[in-house]
Amino acid sequence: MSEWIEACEVDDVDEEDVIRFDHAGKTFAIYRSPDDEFFATDGLCTHEKVHLADGLVMDDIIECPKHNGRFNYKTGAAKGAPVCVNLQTYPVKVESGKVLVQIG
Amino acid sequence: MENEMTAATSKTVRDYSLVGESSRKAVETGLASAEWYHTDVPRKAIKELMQRSDGPAIRDTVIWFAAILASAVGGIYFWGTWWCVPFFFVYGVLYGSSSDSRWHECGHGTAFRTRWMNDVVYQIASFMLMRNPTQWRWSHARHHTDTIIVGRDAEIAVMRPPDLLKVALMFTGLLDFRYSLPGLFRQAFVGLNDEEKSYIPEMEHYKAVVAARWHVAIYIATVALAVYLRSWLPLMLIGLPRIYGSWHMVMTGLLQHIGLADNVVDHRLNTRTVYMNPISRFIYWNMNYHVEHHMFPMVPYHALPRLHEMIKHDLPTPNPSIWHAYKEVWPVLKKQLRYEDFYLKRELPPTAKPYRDEYHNFVIPAAAE
Ligand code: FES
Repeated sequence: MSEWIEACEVDDVDEEDVIRFDHAGKTFAIYRSPDDEFFATDGLCTHEKVHLADGLVMDDIIECPKHNGRFNYKTGAAKGAPVCVNLQTYPVKVESGKVLVQIG
Repeated sequence: MENEMTAATSKTVRDYSLVGESSRKAVETGLASAEWYHTDVPRKAIKELMQRSDGPAIRDTVIWFAAILASAVGGIYFWGTWWCVPFFFVYGVLYGSSSDSRWHECGHGTAFRTRWMNDVVYQIASFMLMRNPTQWRWSHARHHTDTIIVGRDAEIAVMRPPDLLKVALMFTGLLDFRYSLPGLFRQAFVGLNDEEKSYIPEMEHYKAVVAARWHVAIYIATVALAVYLRSWLPLMLIGLPRIYGSWHMVMTGLLQHIGLADNVVDHRLNTRTVYMNPISRFIYWNMNYHVEHHMFPMVPYHALPRLHEMIKHDLPTPNPSIWHAYKEVWPVLKKQLRYEDFYLKRELPPTAKPYRDEYHNFVIPAAAE
C-alpha cells in the first residue's frame, strides 16, 4: 500500500536544486523547480546507479554527475545517451511547510 | 624529488581487450564501476561552478569557425604556392586538434547551456575527427567510469609496455587515421564489432551504423570531387587535416594519463594537470585541468581554472609546462619498456587528504601472470 512519507522541510531544498532522501532502504531525489514546485524521483541514475542529488538541476532537467546523462525530473523521461532507461517518479505534496512523497 | 617512481614487485601482463581476462578480473574484483575519490567541495560552491551558460562557448565557437574559415580561404587562395603552408598549418590544427576538445566538451553537454548547440558542435567535431558520434559517446562514458582500468577503459592511449614507435606515429596523425577511417567504413558496411558492442547498448547500434554511413558518404563525395577537379585541394580541406593537423591534440591529450598509475580509483594518481600557454588552452578548451575534469565532469571548461584554484590544495602539484611534463614522462616510458609495472607516483602536498588504501589496494593482476 502506498503512503505519504515526510521527506524534508520546504526550506531544505534550494530553488532549482535537489537533495537526497533515504527511506526504508531506498534512496530518492527531491527536487524544487525554478517555479517553486516539488518533485520526487528514484535517487539513483538508471545508467550506473550514481546519486542524482550530486547533479545539476536546470529548468526541468536533472543532469547526472557521472556522465552528464539527463532526465526530465517531472516525468522521469531519459533524454538521451548515456541514459536510456526512464526514472521512476513519485507524487509529491507540500503540507505545513513539509514535503511529502507518496511511496509504495 | 617531487614525484616518486614506483614499481610493483610482481610483474603483471596487461590484457587491454575489453572482452578479455583483465576485463573479467576488473569486474570480479570490484575495480570496474568502483567508487572514486573526490575532493570535498561544499555543494553551494560546486553548484555555482557547474552552472551552464551559452556565452563563453558561443564566443569561442564563433572565433573557432571564423579562424577555420579565414585559414581555409587563405589556403585556397595561395594553393599551388608555398604561401599556402602557414594557412594550412593553422587550418589543420583548428580542424584536426581543436575539434577534439569541442567533441569532448559538447559530448559531456557542458560547453553550452542549450542542448541543441552542444549536439550540433558535437556532430561537426565528430566528423572532423573521423569518430563515430554514437560509438564515442559511449566509449567516453566508459573512460569516465573506469579511467585507466585495464580491460575496461576503451580510451587508454598508451598501453604498457609502451610501443614508442606507435607513440611517435601518433603525432603524425597516421595511426589514428589508419584505424578511424577503415573503422567507419567497416561500421557503415559490415556493422559494429564485439568490442564496440561491449559498451554500446543494443538500442544504439543502428544509430551508430547510420552515423558511420553519413561520414563515409561525405568522404566518398570529397574524393569524387578531388578526382573530378584533379586536385588534392578538397582533401586538404576535408579529411587530410585529421592527419596533418592532429599533432597538437596528441601533444596535449597524451599527457592526460601517460606514465601514471593504472588500476587505481583516485584521479590524483592516474591523471595529470598541466599548466599551458593561452593558445594551447584555447585549442584544448582548458582540458589541461584534467584531474579537475575527471573529478567533476559537470564543471564546464570555462570554470575549470576556478575549480582548480578551489581544490589544488588536495591535488598533486601540476606540471608547470607541456615541456616539463614530457621531460617527466620520457624516462618512465623508457623504463616501462623493461618493467611494465613501473609508473610515476604523484606526490600530494601536505594540505591534501592522503591516498587511501581502499581506493588503491585492488590486488588485481591485470591479466594472467
Ligand atoms: S551514471 Fe548517470 S549518466 Fe552515467
